Amino acid sequence: MNQPYPPTDREAAALASLAVPAPSSLRPAVLVEIGLADHYDRVDSPLGPIVVAWNGRGVSTVDLAGDDGAFEAHHLASTGRRAVPGTLPARLAQAIRRRLDGDRRVRVPLDLRGHSAFEQDVWRKALDIPRGEVRPYGWVAAEIGRPRAVRAVGTALGHNPVPLIVPCHRVVRTDGSIGQYSLGGAQNKRAVLSAEGLDPDLMEDNARRGERLVGCASTHIVCWPTCRTGRHMLERNRRPFRSLAEAGAAGYRPCKVCRPVAVSAA
Amino acid sequence: MDDDDRLVTALADDLDRAFDALVVAHQDRLYTIALRSLGDPGDAEEAAQDAFVRAYRALAGYESSRIRELRLRGWLTTIVLNRCRSVAARRAARGPRPMSIDAESSRPLVEPEAAPAAAPAEVAERRAERERWAALLVRLPAPYRSALILRHVDGMSYPEAAAALGRPEGTVKAQVHRGIAMLRMLLEAEARREPQEMTA
Repeated sequence: MNQPYPPTDREAAALASLAVPAPSSLRPAVLVEIGLADHYDRVDSPLGPIVVAWNGRGVSTVDLAGDDGAFEAHHLASTGRRAVPGTLPARLAQAIRRRLDGDRRVRVPLDLRGHSAFEQDVWRKALDIPRGEVRPYGWVAAEIGRPRAVRAVGTALGHNPVPLIVPCHRVVRTDGSIGQYSLGGAQNKRAVLSAEGLDPDLMEDNARRGERLVGCASTHIVCWPTCRTGRHMLERNRRPFRSLAEAGAAGYRPCKVCRPVAVSAA
Repeated sequence: MDDDDRLVTALADDLDRAFDALVVAHQDRLYTIALRSLGDPGDAEEAAQDAFVRAYRALAGYESSRIRELRLRGWLTTIVLNRCRSVAARRAARGPRPMSIDAESSRPLVEPEAAPAAAPAEVAERRAERERWAALLVRLPAPYRSALILRHVDGMSYPEAAAALGRPEGTVKAQVHRGIAMLRMLLEAEARREPQEMTA
């Protein structure tokens, strides 16, 4: 029978030899989980493949897919964090897919650290705009209680780090033109809006003729032109207005769903 | 001032900036402790990752004066041992892993030496020896196994191991000695069984 006594040198050496290096996947997994590094992966979108970066706190970056090295360098410069290739977890991939398909209720966690409260208010408000509809910058400014900050709203939307997931493409210029887009320029904004069932050329034509709002002659309710409540309006009941004041003078009240407001030009 | 002293100072100053250095400094240790406690590389990686995440969240809630007083090595060890216990409990609840054979063949329990200077036969023999010890170690009852791992695999002193385990030093010493005795018995039992298996 063996009596308890300290290990021999040979036994101690055998036990000491059981130390092993950690797998190389451990360190990035830890840093990503706590949000000190990000993973990135490719996802299909109306604009073709896009890159989505995320960490344990949420999605941090959406960009057009291109050169991996360039993306990693840009991500490091803009967030201060390393981006490491990874595979989107199934649940997050599913949530992003549904959000890109227009489901605003699905929760997509976002990591927006380092961005101002104002910017985050603007982005959260953009999420209130349904697929297939647009609102002017001035509406966003009014809705977040900063009616005079129209220009700042435009800047904040241009800095949206998660375009498509936060649909800044659904915010257009106050004069009704489609406006600029951070994810590859104005042409891409038109492409995304078209994919959502809108006709950007028609929208701009109507705006050029001075149409900012549309009233329904049977209900006497006035809406933003793309409001879903006006979708089934008969063409003969359609009344274009240049301003909320003009609609009010004609006896129309603002829609409670799309909440049109008097907006000054940006 | 040793490496951990420098680390806690850096962590107290700027947790987010210094935490990567903590992972780099302690990942091999925590993974080794988890692997030798649990025996399965996948479970071990899960436990080690979980331990670092919990450590980060705890540090994020500590005052910097409290971080400065931490004895990092023992503190992290206590966390990873706790995580090993919950991973083991979860694994027991869901039954044995159906993939364990594949997992072991794809990633050996003992990684090959970085630079094998010795003859291949000798390397293979040493590796077989280590695998035998690793397999015996996971069969020990948990208190003996954890004491042996901290003292002889991780190389902690008895006072350090006792603090990390939350047991009196004398108890840890007795558990190490008893654990060694059990390993010897298991080795002998194996040696007796092997020739029979060869002729069977």
